[in-house]
Amino acid sequence: MDITEFQAIYIMWLRQMKRFIRSRGRLIGTIVQPLFFLVILGSGLRSAVMPGMVGDDYLAFLAPGIIAMAILFSSMFTGISVLWDKQFGFLQEVLVAPVSRFSIIIGRTLGGATIALIQGFIILFIAFGLGVPIAGISGLLLTIVFMVLSAFTAVGFGLVIASKMENFQGFQLIMNLIIMPLLFLSSAFFPIATNPDMPSIVSQLSFFNPLFFMVDGIRGSLTGLNNVLDPLVNLVIVIGICIFMLGLGSYLFSKYEA
Amino acid sequence: MSAEIITTGDRILEIIKTNNLTKKFNGFTAVDHISFSVKKEEIFGFLGPNGAGKTTTIKMLTTLLHPTEGSAELSGFDILKERDKVRKHIGVVFQDPALDTELTGRENLDFHARMYGLDKENRKKRIAEVLKLVDLEEKKDVLVKKYSGGMKRRLEIARGLMHYPTVLFLDEPTLGLDAQTRRAIWEYIKKMNKEEKTTIFLTTHYMDEADYLCDRVGIIDRGKILVMDSTDNLKNAIGNDVITLSCSNLDELGKRLGEESWIKNVKQHNTFLTLGVKKGEEKIPIIFEIARNLNIKIKSISVRKPTLDDVFLYFTGRIMRDQEKKDAKIENLPPMLRSRGR
Ligand SMILES: Nc1ncnc2c1ncn2[C@@H]1O[C@H](COP(=O)(O)OP(=O)(O)OP(=O)(O)O)[C@@H](O)[C@H]1O
Ligand SMILES: [Mg+2]
Repeated sequence: MDITEFQAIYIMWLRQMKRFIRSRGRLIGTIVQPLFFLVILGSGLRSAVMPGMVGDDYLAFLAPGIIAMAILFSSMFTGISVLWDKQFGFLQEVLVAPVSRFSIIIGRTLGGATIALIQGFIILFIAFGLGVPIAGISGLLLTIVFMVLSAFTAVGFGLVIASKMENFQGFQLIMNLIIMPLLFLSSAFFPIATNPDMPSIVSQLSFFNPLFFMVDGIRGSLTGLNNVLDPLVNLVIVIGICIFMLGLGSYLFSKYEA
Repeated sequence: MSAEIITTGDRILEIIKTNNLTKKFNGFTAVDHISFSVKKEEIFGFLGPNGAGKTTTIKMLTTLLHPTEGSAELSGFDILKERDKVRKHIGVVFQDPALDTELTGRENLDFHARMYGLDKENRKKRIAEVLKLVDLEEKKDVLVKKYSGGMKRRLEIARGLMHYPTVLFLDEPTLGLDAQTRRAIWEYIKKMNKEEKTTIFLTTHYMDEADYLCDRVGIIDRGKILVMDSTDNLKNAIGNDVITLSCSNLDELGKRLGEESWIKNVKQHNTFLTLGVKKGEEKIPIIFEIARNLNIKIKSISVRKPTLDDVFLYFTGRIMRDQEKKDAKIENLPPMLRSRGR
């Protein structure tokens, strides 16, 4: 890879950052929504007893789920925003440049991941402020690794959708029919896999939900409470999912004709 | 059109060369086996109505679409096998705007410069140069979403030039712009062709644009090139002057005039005849004479220098499709009676 490709990756990244900083609505929206969940839901139900939950701190249970949610939504948006570029014609400018599709995807993915991490960290700090316990420094570092991997995966998923859709009509459908159910069934908001009140088929199916491993991984590494699997097991699985999604997204995007 | 490479030393004189280039969309042939070449440093125009296949051709030449059949070379590089080299040598201004409206004009240029690997010094110098060329220096730090249509177009043209392309593709560069802005853009195009030695491939469906800018034009319709030549030659082929007339019995008069040897060509259209002649003014009395002998009443007649409108009409047998629709109400009038140009 020569210097031009790095420059292309950098400018793709920089463009994402500039657009993000200039778009107040997105900045506020993506922070306010998770915050709302965390503060209202977390504080309101803090002393509630959930079936399948260990300990009595619901906020500590919820915080990793909300961090995962914020990162997934934000990164998926970055992937799907290729559609905006398509509609506004800017994609042609990118595709006709003497830059490999691979660099274009890397630049976009890094941009999306950076934005997602900024948002993830803001929520993380708020969670600390609200008194969510942390397992330790190594756990925190592992959390960041999970956050990065989740971001990459979601950008990849966004790219897959973007290369298969002509416009935004299908986006809402995918959010409502795929993402929201997956998120609810990932144990992000309340226990599913260990919940005795759940039909056992639902609990078992949750082990086929990619989001479950991300949420569970962040939970295990950040707080060390309520995780079902060992964080390192989650890590291996999430790396696998990430490579698959990013690979698929890149492949479909590289086939794309303007 | 033969498409041999003419070279002097290492310099390739045929910058674009296509061979049976074809694009089909689900069985529909948008571009149909076209072969042509564009010479170094010329302004070449692709002239054709809506849906003729102009944009599709540009997209294939700029590596954005895979041809279904045939091949093309750009600066000697194959558009399929050497995409990256082709991309380095071309600048493109797309038919639809392709700017990031959330960035400023300068940032759009900077994005482009980096994508094309210009170093820091070059970037700075070149951005200043192209902004000056299109008179956008004052607006460079304004977000593009606050630009007018003409300003956006100028910015895109400036951007296309940033990386010193060998060929600049301009897909309908002045579509939808006011007369003044069109003029200005024409001047920029001429200037960069002269000063930067950029070969220019443009598409248009404005006759006056092709007439004013192009050294050579190819007329394309329904995916096929009907004719390709210099604008002067095309006009000469039709006759030095064009006489347009309408009368009571088109068929009969048309047939009778066809027998006259001093008429280069006679074309009959729905409601009028066009004749290609020399010294048109002197022929009008003769035509009146012939018509009177046949008892035909001439309703209107005019003489003028041929334009590419006539060329198009001559080769396709109809006026540009999009104009037909727009001018449906005044269809009965010969083309020169419609307001033209600005
Ligand atoms: N992606 C596509 N899928 C299917 N058909 C297409 C596609 N792109 C273009 N076409 C068809 O190919 C034909 C040529 O289109 P093209 O855009 O090249 O025309 P054009 O000469 O640029 O016209 P205009 O002056 O309107 O820009 C049209 O009939 C169009 O409907
Ligand atoms: Mg077009």
